Amino acid sequence: MPNANLSRTVAIVGAAESDELGVVPHKSALQHHAEAAHNALADAGLSVKDVDGLFTAGFSTLITAEYMGITPRFSDSTSVGGSSFVVEIAHALAAINAGMCEVAVITHGQTGRSGRASGNSSGLYDPNFPNMQYEQPYGIMGPPINYSMACTRYMHQYGEERTRQALAEIAVSTRKWAQMNPKAQMREPMSFDDYHASRWISWPFHLFDCCLVTDAGAAVVLTTAARARDLPKKPVWVLGAAEYHDHFMMSQMPDLTRTPAYVSGPLALQMAGVTHNDIDLAMIYDSFTYTVLATLESLGYCKPGEGPDFVANQRTAPGGDFALNTSGGGLSYTHPGMYGIFLLVEAVRQLRGECGERQLKDPKLSLVNGTGGQLSSTGTTVLAVD
Amino acid sequence: MAEYTKSLPIPQPESDFYWEKAKAHELWLTHCDDCDSTYFYPRPICPGCFSRNTKPMQSSGKGTIYTYAIVHRAPLPGWRDDVPYIVAQVELEGGARIPTNIVGVEPDPANLKVGMAVEVVFDDVTEKITLPKFKLAG
Ligand SMILES: [Zn+2]
Repeated sequence: MPNANLSRTVAIVGAAESDELGVVPHKSALQHHAEAAHNALADAGLSVKDVDGLFTAGFSTLITAEYMGITPRFSDSTSVGGSSFVVEIAHALAAINAGMCEVAVITHGQTGRSGRASGNSSGLYDPNFPNMQYEQPYGIMGPPINYSMACTRYMHQYGEERTRQALAEIAVSTRKWAQMNPKAQMREPMSFDDYHASRWISWPFHLFDCCLVTDAGAAVVLTTAARARDLPKKPVWVLGAAEYHDHFMMSQMPDLTRTPAYVSGPLALQMAGVTHNDIDLAMIYDSFTYTVLATLESLGYCKPGEGPDFVANQRTAPGGDFALNTSGGGLSYTHPGMYGIFLLVEAVRQLRGECGERQLKDPKLSLVNGTGGQLSSTGTTVLAVD
Repeated sequence: MAEYTKSLPIPQPESDFYWEKAKAHELWLTHCDDCDSTYFYPRPICPGCFSRNTKPMQSSGKGTIYTYAIVHRAPLPGWRDDVPYIVAQVELEGGARIPTNIVGVEPDPANLKVGMAVEVVFDDVTEKITLPKFKLAG
């Protein structure tokens, strides 16, 4: 287990998106990184000159650092898909405690919607990679196709009809949250009929089972407890943080119904010294409706196969008793390709009470779970305010 | 032969035998003599127990559908004429799971069930490359 003594030694002190989200053809991915870092540092009340630790994914920090004029003494470009930025919370916690850096900035920017390049920025498309040799020749590539295969297995084990209902519940409830987020891409109402009528992307996934593809960036700033207390905004303490991965290709996944959150979740909760019932807000990467279903079970919110009962009757919608993905998620708010950083931004804003119409009542604890690759990697962190 | 527009594997040193056997219409896996597992994909050190005591072993080509999906939106232009098509993971006799296509059946969930028996067929997609695919058995 990660050292529980490190709980509350580091705080997130700044969090922000880039200036424009959605369809932004006039800005590059790196510009999203820089704008997000600029906004997050302003939010923190810190200067770029304070930054001595730089974290990102997809790009090497050599590129992002040069673009922004940052010369870090600690650098981390861990690329485990959309989970990277949550995983990097654990890395930043370790680095700050080891004295390797004092002010860490995690940035992301991606133009999945409008990018002029091929969009293959994750570096996972080298012809030497196993998926290029064993999966892509069969037309097995990209998350919708892979994740839909995992979902079919879940339906086989736990029942197709109740699984379908659960996917619909998640899509519809997430859209309701997005309607209260002015930055969300999809703000029109979605009915259950709309969900079921949306076209097939890769059966069993409808269009509305799948996350958006947008242009967006975001960043968070972390520092020591001592510095955090002197900054203008309420520190958002890192109580627990852990990561895990157990495969790369979906065809090598040990159990298609269990994500690596079954390890990273309990580790982060144990380090934090809290249990599921203590959590006021769950921010769970929703690359697909199915990702949420499988992750809730893997995190231990319910037993395997009980996810459909857990999310039934719009329990995760505004006004329900389980607050989930209040930003509108990757399904309806934004998702440029790798989304994990946006989970952190929303958790920070909710804990600080900055969420306007969708603000939860006085939340103290948030669990954030990022998932990356083909359900390959997870990072879980528990955040808190005093 | 019309130009083949889909992605092709680039065999690597440890997988040359796999693709050569496929071209001869045989499906070969790797067997670990230490932990007695049969696994895919080809690598000389066992991913189950890290033993080097492994050797190629021919598969019966029989197995069951472990899971599948029906692709309606082509992931690359090469597949535009193929949608909808069936992607799957097949669990072979002996336990190895292999990603593949199910062919010879209408791509409709009504025709496919997890657990259905399948057997290997070989698709000579180019002069150099043959892809092992699967059809419903019997
Ligand atoms: Zn072995």
